[in-house]
Amino acid sequence: MSLKQYKEVLVNPLIKENPITLQILGICSALAVTSNLNVTLIMCIALTSVVSLSNLFISIIRNYIPSSVRIIVQMTIIATLVILVDELLKAYDYETSKKLSVFVGLIITNCIVMGRAEAFAMKEKPFVSFLDGLGNGIGYSLILIGVAFIRELFGAGTLFGIPIFGDWYPTNNLLLLPPSSFIIIGLFIWLIRGYNNDQIEEDEFDLSKHSVSPDLNKRELNV
Amino acid sequence: MNETIIRTLGVTLGVCLLCSLFVSFTAVSLRDQQNTNKLNDKRIKILEAANIYNESISVEDQFKNLEIRFLDFDTGETYREYKDFDIDKYDQLQSLRFSDQSKPVPADKDIAIIKNRENIGKIYFSTKDNKIDKLILPIRGYGLWGTLYGYIAIENDFNTVVGIEFYEHKETPGLGGEVDNPNWKNIWVGKEIYQSGDVKLQVIKGAVDQNMNDAKYMVDGLSGATLTSRGVSNMIEYWFSDSGYLKLLENFDYES
Repeated sequence: MSLKQYKEVLVNPLIKENPITLQILGICSALAVTSNLNVTLIMCIALTSVVSLSNLFISIIRNYIPSSVRIIVQMTIIATLVILVDELLKAYDYETSKKLSVFVGLIITNCIVMGRAEAFAMKEKPFVSFLDGLGNGIGYSLILIGVAFIRELFGAGTLFGIPIFGDWYPTNNLLLLPPSSFIIIGLFIWLIRGYNNDQIEEDEFDLSKHSVSPDLNKRELNV
Repeated sequence: MNETIIRTLGVTLGVCLLCSLFVSFTAVSLRDQQNTNKLNDKRIKILEAANIYNESISVEDQFKNLEIRFLDFDTGETYREYKDFDIDKYDQLQSLRFSDQSKPVPADKDIAIIKNRENIGKIYFSTKDNKIDKLILPIRGYGLWGTLYGYIAIENDFNTVVGIEFYEHKETPGLGGEVDNPNWKNIWVGKEIYQSGDVKLQVIKGAVDQNMNDAKYMVDGLSGATLTSRGVSNMIEYWFSDSGYLKLLENFDYES
């Protein structure tokens, strides 16, 4: 592979093929861990290291994995990495690990990790698989940090727990609750697709124009 | 070639073996550090329950200002030293494993569902002018999914709550897990436990009407977490009863 191709593998998932905004994967953790930038940052580092290393290891043994049990083998490797990350967090950042609670463990089932392992690492060489994992991890992180930035700044009026707006700012509870991430991610998708028109999907069917049958019209008038 | 049974078994076994080696190696090598963190976290909870935690001072230094005593549950007497126990390392939850250090709680009295109660407990208090200022007592009891472990701190009238903290529980995040919500914990502050000798403090269903006479004995229930709320309520009732801390509190009351 040429240098240019390596670069493409790394850079494409950042915006153009972003796992969250284009493939709509890994949404669950984007909702749950984005109310505070500190926690979000740790989660991003955890996921990025898991997805890039799992891609690397799976790619190294890809020719030895029997296809009948490939998902199980992938899961074993991913689960091992996630446990390692969890143990490290418990040892070196106990506070954050308590806040992340189950969500570190849930990286195992994160669609991005499984998706990249199955779609990329099973076919490609180790180094380029590692880059692909890194790119997807960073792509995921970009969106999460963006969401967390908006939620924490306008929700709690702080960034990394440091007050920005001061006391006059009333906290906005809607932004601190998980549903707000849906709205923010939706806005991100709108923004990216507005700029990058080829991401817009074609309608699967045409909606017919709104109409009212004459019968119904009459009945309503009688009432 | 990749698909023979032997090969499939061989590859999966190899991967599993390697992975388990990695996992066990990290688990063992990080255990000490993790235990230190857990102990630190517990100590922060103890200080927070008494509302005396100061983030800018190291936990260890703050903890040194607390007095720790052994408590004989049967007599309510406290001791600085007891047998050959080391007061810093003594863990009453460990003593539940030994029949000579703990007693099964009779089923009709076991409202908090703790099954066994240690003979010797461990209590903490802060002092002011050589008198007890705030008393911090470990509590535990069954919620919905498992046992909640925590601390409750009371004023030196041995009746008014200073704060409550849980350091370990398995309740549903967002529902029963809201026992960690600072807003809910704040409701406890200033509530009273006993009314003419009986435990009156309880977690009720729904919100407390502040105009009621008994409002100071009631705490709002957690919505969507009836069983957790009831568990916490039972926990208070058990630990402040005769087989809990009642004897200790009576002893302290006479002294002061």
